[in-house]
Amino acid sequence: MSLDLSHFSAALVFALFASVVFGVTQRQTSREQIRYGLYCFVMFLGGVILAGWVMWILRR
Amino acid sequence: MANSQAVSSKTAPSAMSVIAPALGWLIPGAGHLIQKRWIRGALLMISVFAMFLLGLAMQGHVYKPNGGDILDILGFIGDLGAGGLYILTQVNDWGQGAIAHATADYGTKFIIVAGLLNFICVADAYHIAIGKKP
Repeated sequence: MSLDLSHFSAALVFALFASVVFGVTQRQTSREQIRYGLYCFVMFLGGVILAGWVMWILRR
Repeated sequence: MANSQAVSSKTAPSAMSVIAPALGWLIPGAGHLIQKRWIRGALLMISVFAMFLLGLAMQGHVYKPNGGDILDILGFIGDLGAGGLYILTQVNDWGQGAIAHATADYGTKFIIVAGLLNFICVADAYHIAIGKKP
């Protein structure tokens, strides 16, 4: 079996699971954990999209 | 006497502070489950297992113990964090294919990061066991 993910979908899956672990382990209360997990997820994906645009601009 | 008891309870680690991290390393998330943190344990277990298994499904490489290139050594340390999952791959000789395409390289990183995330989970299970975290 070979799973063939695109770069973006791989980054999406990576961001999802890493954010869950960061959220659960780095904060104390449930509310803080959810907020921090969402923050990490947005930062991961935002970083990917930003890096993509920077590379697109540099390539032009 | 009360003072000496307080000192001994501070210095002697409880059994849970050893068992929870050890079990958490061997089975990702189990360090939390054994301490009745059901939801946290399940979320960590699903996340680490999913990342590791997706990495394998993407034909990622699993590093063996080695004394060669520094990146190979660091890769091995990262993989080792997954505990029982890493042992399972070594027993079954999984993840030994050549990295022939970009997806396989992503898979290699997924496997390493799954191990590194499990190190964080182990530290968290320890902090719960010693009462540093609720």
